[in-house]
Amino acid sequence: MGVVGKAFGWLADGANWSGESGVWHRLAEHLLVSGIALGVACVVALPVGLWLGHVGRGGALAVNLSNVGRAVPVFAVLALFMVSPLRSAGYLPTVVALVLFAVPPLLTNAYVGMREVDRSVVEAARGMGMSGGQLFWRVELPLARGLVMTGLRSGAVQVIATATIAAMVGQGGLGRIITAGFNTYNTPQVVAGALLVALLALLVEGLLVAADRLLPGRGRPAPR
Amino acid sequence: MAVRNCLVANDWICWDYVTSRAPELADATLEHVWITAVSVLIGVAVSVPLALLARRGRRWAAPVLGLTTLLYTIPSLAMFSLLLPLFGLSAALVVTGLVLYSLTILVRNVLAGLEAVPEEVREAARGMGYGPARLLWQVELPLALPALLAGVRIATVSTVALTTVGSIVGKGGLGNLIAPAVSSSFKAQVLTASVLCVLLALVADLLLLGLQRMLTPWTRAGRPVRVKGA
Repeated sequence: MGVVGKAFGWLADGANWSGESGVWHRLAEHLLVSGIALGVACVVALPVGLWLGHVGRGGALAVNLSNVGRAVPVFAVLALFMVSPLRSAGYLPTVVALVLFAVPPLLTNAYVGMREVDRSVVEAARGMGMSGGQLFWRVELPLARGLVMTGLRSGAVQVIATATIAAMVGQGGLGRIITAGFNTYNTPQVVAGALLVALLALLVEGLLVAADRLLPGRGRPAPR
Repeated sequence: MAVRNCLVANDWICWDYVTSRAPELADATLEHVWITAVSVLIGVAVSVPLALLARRGRRWAAPVLGLTTLLYTIPSLAMFSLLLPLFGLSAALVVTGLVLYSLTILVRNVLAGLEAVPEEVREAARGMGYGPARLLWQVELPLALPALLAGVRIATVSTVALTTVGSIVGKGGLGNLIAPAVSSSFKAQVLTASVLCVLLALVADLLLLGLQRMLTPWTRAGRPVRVKGA
């Protein structure tokens, strides 16, 4: 109980929230880097995944991409960036690494979502004389929405988690609170930082679930 | 002396580094392998009873699946740090964290495998006088094996990658070589350890694929078992 109590004590101390290495600044860094990376990853992955799903090509690539993504250690990729010339480019190494890790789940889920759309519905739409564009926007995309949103959620959580690991190579973000605690043998601070990061990840997951429910255009859940 | 040059010049690829630090690299690789293997084995041992529990009905399935999915959301650095007060700086801490992560994939796959066992097969076994334990051990688990092994493959590959983060407590296998090399900008060490780590994941995946083929020869003829995404 002692350490957890002290961790809450650390969180309750206003001094730990202000300044360059305070919680607010680290949180802002974390959200900035994650937000940019998720945005870029969406712009890259969604059109490609949706288009591949629409034309029905590149399936093996699209599906295996997310499995390959699991095999590559985030920490090693960040470390490689940090010993390359990218090191002196501010937040860029973290953003690039985050984009790399967010693209696979987004692309795979977009592709799978498009392919899982009931073929008979697609055939019926074609039979009604819909063009490729109409089919895409008015039939496939609305029906694929559920899986695409699932991919977006897991991509966002992936990004938040990876942004934490950036601290291990000296980049900014909430993880720095944890590593700073490790370096000064301050276990309460380590636990406080871990609680903050875990809470942020769960909060983002929860917000995305809620946003998905509230946004218009949510049809009946896809039958599984 | 061309031999010293690649270390002095801090080249990305340096064979001299590999030969001169061979014992260090071997130790780190060995630590990586045993931490991964122990974690996945414990993960399997824990996930089978959890999947059996989840199978008992929705009342159990929702909390078990919900909790194991929730665990995967927690960033690895936070997970290892939260376990710090419980375990101190030890390999047990890293193994515990990795086991918790592996449950997300393993429980789902074991459950999918058990649910795919045809009801007629169960009926036939019961009719032959199989009790619940013998039914599970001799009929259901063997039939669930393809899905279980598919889960073990995914879990192993992601565990190999996650083990590197254990370097925060000094028990990260190859990650232990990466962490100090970043602060000293030792390119050869970062690249060699990273490549070894990816190779390790590949080799483990291929070995498990071999095991899968050996243990479940009947799946090779037909379509591979389809497993729901994690």
